[in-house]
Amino acid sequence: MARISASVFTSHVPAIGAALDLGKTGEDYWKPVFAGYDFAKQWEKEQKPDVVFLVFNDHATAFSLDMIPTFAIGTAAEYQPADEGWGPRPVPKVIGHPKLAAHIAQSVIQDDFDLTIVNKMDVDHGLTVPLSLVFGQVDAWPCPVIPFAVNVVQYPVPSGRRCFMLGKAIRKAIESYDEPLNVQIWGTGGMSHQLQGPRAGLINREWDNAFLDKLINDPEGLSKVPHIDYVREAGSEGIELVMWLIARGAMSDVNETKKGNAPTVRHRFYHVPASNTAVGHVILENN
Amino acid sequence: MSLDKPYTDVPGTTIFDADMSRMGYHLNQFCMSLMKAENRARFKANERAYLDEWPMTEEQKQAVLDRDLNRCISLGGNIYFLAKIGATDGKSFQQMAGSMTGMTEEQYRDMMVKGGRSVEGNRYTGEKK
Ligand SMILES: [Fe+2]
Repeated sequence: MARISASVFTSHVPAIGAALDLGKTGEDYWKPVFAGYDFAKQWEKEQKPDVVFLVFNDHATAFSLDMIPTFAIGTAAEYQPADEGWGPRPVPKVIGHPKLAAHIAQSVIQDDFDLTIVNKMDVDHGLTVPLSLVFGQVDAWPCPVIPFAVNVVQYPVPSGRRCFMLGKAIRKAIESYDEPLNVQIWGTGGMSHQLQGPRAGLINREWDNAFLDKLINDPEGLSKVPHIDYVREAGSEGIELVMWLIARGAMSDVNETKKGNAPTVRHRFYHVPASNTAVGHVILENN
Repeated sequence: MSLDKPYTDVPGTTIFDADMSRMGYHLNQFCMSLMKAENRARFKANERAYLDEWPMTEEQKQAVLDRDLNRCISLGGNIYFLAKIGATDGKSFQQMAGSMTGMTEEQYRDMMVKGGRSVEGNRYTGEKK
């Protein structure tokens, strides 16, 4: 059977992608950001995941205001890096895992989460920047990826609670898949940032670190934090952090079937700033 | 019955909800069209003429021509869509975000390097700093 071995959490700032693509990683401004991901690159070489289930959000790229799915699972064979207005990022195309994705869609919808199924979609920095940070600058991504897009652009976005419960349903789906796949689930976006209005530039180091503490030790409690707390404390775009709860909900310690112990914190990193944003990154291994 | 909107007292912040999205539909879809190179070229060649192809309000068109992002947002624009105008102008996300704060580009960049805008005094409208 397939199993979820670990969860990876990371911000997905577009300027990080630009810094990588323009060869600026050695600059003093960027060095500390990329140093925070040295561990992940080494760790992934040892973990060799078969599939990454990647929770992210689209930023008015694949989804305009014509259609705004709350939860959308990619079941395509491949996805192209999108042109977000600055030209597509020069990164490999993303290979999907249609068979596992279709299995997850079937299972999760039967568990009362009404997913939108997407067979054609370009993927923006929300998906490709985490891949670059964790796998590095490679000619091909080391494994297939199932993109899972969450609407965090137009309110109301799904609640933390809903995301956490969805993570549990995704876990159940993956663990009922017949092939012995090593699956990682990633939660991306955040941390505190606000990109709009006179309050743009908001960063809340204390709140972010408390979020990381609770993500690790009290995800159930964290899932009950209402949207308004994210907006007030972490900025209007800090709401992206609800997506981390999907990945956290898929870990074995918070699930009743095949319940495990608290995960091992393999890595924790926090840095301000990357452009307008606080960067957070955590790796949890299932026990 | 009116809907619960607990986010209207966050200072300097407009939450892009279903009501704002309805107001800003054509403005945001115009922005979306700038993801195509040929549309960017046509817009740059004659901004007014390009905008007139869209059923936007005159206020929305003027806000775009003025590159007044705060005004665009108050008229239903969303920052991820408005960013396409910035991309067309060759502006970074940081330049765009900074332009809405009344700070110069340099002041804004310095604020971010020093850890960003503090949340203290910035949680509620009218709160004492
Ligand atoms: Fe984002």
